[in-house]
Amino acid sequence: MQSTAAVSVSASATASRGGARSEAARRPGGVRVCGLRGEALACPSLRISQSPARLAVARAAATNGAVAGSGGGFDYDLVIIGAGVGGHGAALHAVEEGLKTAIIEGDVVGGTCVNRGCVPSKALLAVSGRMRELHDEHHMKSMGLQVSSPGYDRQGVADHANNLALKIRSNLTNSMKALGVDILTGVCTIVGKQKVRYGKAGSQDKEITARNIIIATGSVPFVPKGIEIDGKTVFTSDHALKLESVPDWIAIVGSGYIGLEFSDVYTALGSEVTFIEALDQLMPGFDPEIAKLAQRVLINPRKIDYHTGVFASKITPAKDGKPVLIELIDAKTKEHKETLEVDAALIATGRAPFTKGLGLENINVVTQRGFVPVDERMRVMDADGNVVPNLYCIGDANGKLMLAHAASAQGISVVEQISGKDHILNHLSIPAACFTHPEISMVGLTEPQAREKADKEGFEVNVVKTSFKANTKALAENEGDGIAKLIYRSDTGEILGVHILGLHAADLIHEASNAIALGTRVQDIKYAVHAHPTLSEVLDELFKAAKVNSGVSHSVNEPVAA
Amino acid sequence: MATAPAPLSLSASTLPARLRAGAVPAGARWRQARRGRMVVRAKIREIFMPALSSTMTEGKIVSWSAGEGDRVSKGDAVVVVESDKADMDVETFHDGIVAAVLVQAGESAPVGAPIALLAESEEEVPLALSKAQELSNGQPQQAPPAPTEDAAAAPPPPPAPAAAPAPVAAGTKGIASPQAKKLAKQHRVDLAKVTGTGPYGRITSADVEAAAGIQPKSKPAPAAAAPSVGAVPQAAVLPPVPGATVVPFTTMQAAVSKNMVESLAVPTFRVGYPIVTDKLDELYEKVKPKGVTMTVLLAKAAAMALAQHPVVNASCRDGKSFTYNSNINIAVAVAIDGGLITPVLQDADKLDIYLLSQNWKDLVKKARAKQLQPNEYSSGTFTLSNLGMFAVDQFDAILPPGQGAIMAVGASKPTVVADKDGFFSVKSKMLVNVTADHRIVYGADLAAFLQTFAKILEDPESLTL
Repeated sequence: MQSTAAVSVSASATASRGGARSEAARRPGGVRVCGLRGEALACPSLRISQSPARLAVARAAATNGAVAGSGGGFDYDLVIIGAGVGGHGAALHAVEEGLKTAIIEGDVVGGTCVNRGCVPSKALLAVSGRMRELHDEHHMKSMGLQVSSPGYDRQGVADHANNLALKIRSNLTNSMKALGVDILTGVCTIVGKQKVRYGKAGSQDKEITARNIIIATGSVPFVPKGIEIDGKTVFTSDHALKLESVPDWIAIVGSGYIGLEFSDVYTALGSEVTFIEALDQLMPGFDPEIAKLAQRVLINPRKIDYHTGVFASKITPAKDGKPVLIELIDAKTKEHKETLEVDAALIATGRAPFTKGLGLENINVVTQRGFVPVDERMRVMDADGNVVPNLYCIGDANGKLMLAHAASAQGISVVEQISGKDHILNHLSIPAACFTHPEISMVGLTEPQAREKADKEGFEVNVVKTSFKANTKALAENEGDGIAKLIYRSDTGEILGVHILGLHAADLIHEASNAIALGTRVQDIKYAVHAHPTLSEVLDELFKAAKVNSGVSHSVNEPVAA
Repeated sequence: MATAPAPLSLSASTLPARLRAGAVPAGARWRQARRGRMVVRAKIREIFMPALSSTMTEGKIVSWSAGEGDRVSKGDAVVVVESDKADMDVETFHDGIVAAVLVQAGESAPVGAPIALLAESEEEVPLALSKAQELSNGQPQQAPPAPTEDAAAAPPPPPAPAAAPAPVAAGTKGIASPQAKKLAKQHRVDLAKVTGTGPYGRITSADVEAAAGIQPKSKPAPAAAAPSVGAVPQAAVLPPVPGATVVPFTTMQAAVSKNMVESLAVPTFRVGYPIVTDKLDELYEKVKPKGVTMTVLLAKAAAMALAQHPVVNASCRDGKSFTYNSNINIAVAVAIDGGLITPVLQDADKLDIYLLSQNWKDLVKKARAKQLQPNEYSSGTFTLSNLGMFAVDQFDAILPPGQGAIMAVGASKPTVVADKDGFFSVKSKMLVNVTADHRIVYGADLAAFLQTFAKILEDPESLTL
């Protein structure tokens, strides 16, 4: 039920990349911008004399025999299969580390996130947020605003989403080209150790060698058996994002991030929604308290009903003058419960890894339900449980955490290792967000997870909460719905998890995720100052409310490796 | 209380026992029901609508945190209730399984009415369900327009509309869209009797609205909005002027309305008094930088005067006796978004003005965030209402039920006054007007109280002591 992926990373990827690049350009020794790359590689000694860290890199790289691009007889230092957000993040960092890099893409640059996921969905959600606001007469009136009958043009909304995807795609492509990453087109197969073949499907005629290979092929929507997709009345997020129609009544199968975001879009545009969830509760992946409140805010007051504890065992598209038929069976007893008749069905039951045709059998790797098995360093494991040297897998294809920014972080972690610096990514510091109105965001453990861990390891967990109703800025916006909760260790002040539901929650979570990543404790961060009045004070209030047992005052700032 | 705990408590642990005790007389029916349960069905417990404030007579279920079939343990929040003042999590006192929800989210129930049944174990669930049936048949809640239909529709909530029509056949008949189902529940429309006009013969929200007799969308029918105000006796309702918008009361507004109508049962009278405020204004300028507001100075002065005239701080609860309150708690009327609330400065005679100011600041903050606890708005023994800031010169206030007197304070403004020697001078003068319950407070009592009050304000140094 990892229905996480896709529709959840913000479009800021390129922007932040741009920032990183200019910083690299400013650094005196960091001559790794495209035009200067050759020069840097030509005089490695210069770098060695500059910093001990570089020395280590160079030494590690030298033992690998790949200091220069052509070193060791390889075409590339690094070949990345798949130009999604994960591959892109890895490529940029590889260039920064002075590696000769190529990226192979069989479809379009940007992958799921940019073309069929987070990016276009954000455009639709931006529209739905505004529609919702304009339609909320009470909300408008309470601020003294008058709006008469707001409406929308479906094609205009669809174009907005499509244009955004195009723009971000070209940004991504340009950023890689500008840095000197070779973008190769075609489907790719691993034919042996450090060797791949790519080209048109069926006739892969080009072969290249690489010291290191990263698999970053991502995922596709998962469609359970019994469901017939026609792309018009029964479809997945891939089709839904094109917004070719706004049905009167749509059933959404799955109430994870993707389903929830689409329910926000569709109800704002006038559809009625029926959720079909296999587990006993809606929004099963969320902290229970957040899910409960989300149901109060995002489900109950809207034109939404739901069936929980049921599977959609058979879905037939609308045809021959009949509506879409959905047969529901009890998730436990498998008995037929009822048949729904709706105008459309969106299948949002999670995502399946896209790893077919990669040629993993050539190197004795067996996928697990399609996922490529990896260790904590993203190194691919073969059928015997041994590490396959020089082969890594990141992102949805390994299934560790199916989020675009997680893929990118994993890619950067791999490049760090290739460059001779050991690096293990702390997955508990990776935030996630759901861009409903209001938004939901989270990082780290849920409360039940934290309590379980505390029981096992014998420490005490504390939880503090605050309401958006107590925040000036939220009230100014007339958006007081929402809570934030902080779960932490009361003995050390370590932050275990933060969950937010409220206005701009997705933007607020990073103070918490950074604190987790850097190992900042509650007792330290509570002294950081927040501008007033801002939404960030919601977190400020959490940190200040947290009580850490005396005995530990200030922590040593050492990162917590998970 | 201790042996037979009320089945519900608030999650906020600060809830005073007084409140729970206050909930008991809310219904003799409740007590009977409980006794019956103790003997006959010890393993099935009813969850009641709690009294979250002394003025609350009915509550609206915002949402059920626990659904039917959920196992809950003692202390779990099971339901969120909207009272006339705030939304509260309500927790259960017992372990068990929520067997039947009798009052659905969005619906209201009187205080003390059973809102769900809690079974101790799986085996008791069917028993509880049959009891639920019995309950909903036996006592139609609140006497809605069509009690029989309501009783039939109430017990098994979600499956009813969908499961009622023939299961197989063409399937189309009786299918209702999500919003249509919601509206049907809200307006108590039996979906089986509605003819669908939507695609594939489906029942749409428009069909339900038509069946419920609602014309266009944006005008909520007064009839449908009535339940929350139902208890208030209303004069013949005049038809609205064409083009008017009808906005139903919020829970808070309904509570205000109810209290105001109830106040008509109390015989009240009013006494006014002029007070020279030059010295008070001087003092105010001095203490203002320390965060003391005029409201607090007035509350403090009233409290000090009440200490000398306890009868004005008394109340008449049963029409037969005086209830002398041991504390002097000054409730101060505050206008908030969509209503009115009266945060209470407790023990205003005992605390100094700085402490009172601090308390006041906290109370106002909580009031605006709608986070006041019941004892913070319902424990007043005397109310102060100040419209001076609007330059109102005098007004009179309606006495809230349960209190002996309320003071209405106008603006202080320069006035020409003549002293006993005939000399004219200009002094700042304000008019206060006290409304009191004449069953316990007589004219001379009130006059003496006002004289003391005026003396304190005209020589206000004692306020700072």
